[in-house]
Amino acid sequence: MPHLTPLNIILNGDSFDLDEPVTIASLLAKLDIDARRVAVEHNMVVLKRASFDSTTVREGDRVEIVNFVGGG
Amino acid sequence: MSLDSLVIAGKTFSSRLIVGTGKYSSHAVMVKAHEASGAEMITVAVRRVNISDRTKESMLDYIDTSKYFLLPNTAGCYSAEDAIRTARLGREAGLSNWVKLEVIGDERTLFPDNEELLKATRVLVKEGFVVLPYTSDDQVVCRKLEDAGAAAVMPLGAPIGSGLGIQNVNNIRIIREFSRVPLIVDAGVGTASDAALAMELGADGVLMNTAIAGAQDPVAMAEAMKLAVKAGRLAYLAGRIPRKLYASASSPIEGLVGRSLTPSP
Repeated sequence: MPHLTPLNIILNGDSFDLDEPVTIASLLAKLDIDARRVAVEHNMVVLKRASFDSTTVREGDRVEIVNFVGGG
Repeated sequence: MSLDSLVIAGKTFSSRLIVGTGKYSSHAVMVKAHEASGAEMITVAVRRVNISDRTKESMLDYIDTSKYFLLPNTAGCYSAEDAIRTARLGREAGLSNWVKLEVIGDERTLFPDNEELLKATRVLVKEGFVVLPYTSDDQVVCRKLEDAGAAAVMPLGAPIGSGLGIQNVNNIRIIREFSRVPLIVDAGVGTASDAALAMELGADGVLMNTAIAGAQDPVAMAEAMKLAVKAGRLAYLAGRIPRKLYASASSPIEGLVGRSLTPSP
């Protein structure tokens, strides 16, 4: 069994625990979020959807996941 | 006479009314109101996904994006930096590089911070965004935004959500005269006559949210706004008569019964 290294990130402004480093794509899947409906910022850089699979979240990273809501 | 189209950054809209998606009592009412408004462009806000509660439905489930053009906003941003981040996120979440750029300078009035707005406009234009900035009814600021590459200028008629109508008619008229990009009156509309007035002053379009969503019957108000924007545009194109202080009779003076035109002997 691979050794797990738990880590803590800041997700949408709140502390969030992960068992191991994950890609943005697997983080979204884990949170049950449809990747086609959101935009993601990783350490202040807005990601292209195509890079969700290749971007890994590590200890202390800041992740923002946003979507559209009603507004004027 | 057929109505001309609204063209912003090379994209053509047959409706000159832009409507929001906020404050509706339900998604169903919003959908009907959008339909009744005839609008083709609708604004949306960019917000954090609720991580702990995933049960909430996505608003996009209720918007036919093949029919409506989405305009993400940066509402609630108080600095150029936050507005730029939000605009970039909106571009990735959405389907275009358009943004309704808002940088708020005061919580109570929601008046724009035009200094930060200009900064954000310059950065986003450089990044290829089509920037539609919400700003003050100030011709100098509008000119600076235009010089910075804004695709339109969107001065307020009155504070956001106030429903006060257009407070400074002359400022809008002056901005109309100077502006070389489309002029959209954004915010402050309360009822149909406010929208008609904006169009009669020569605005190229009107953007509103609360006036429709907050009306007792949003669907009926949406239709009223559609008609008002059309009526106002037609009246502007038709060219109104000059204002005069005294009367000018509509019926001829000649041939009046009981009046003798030749002096009596």
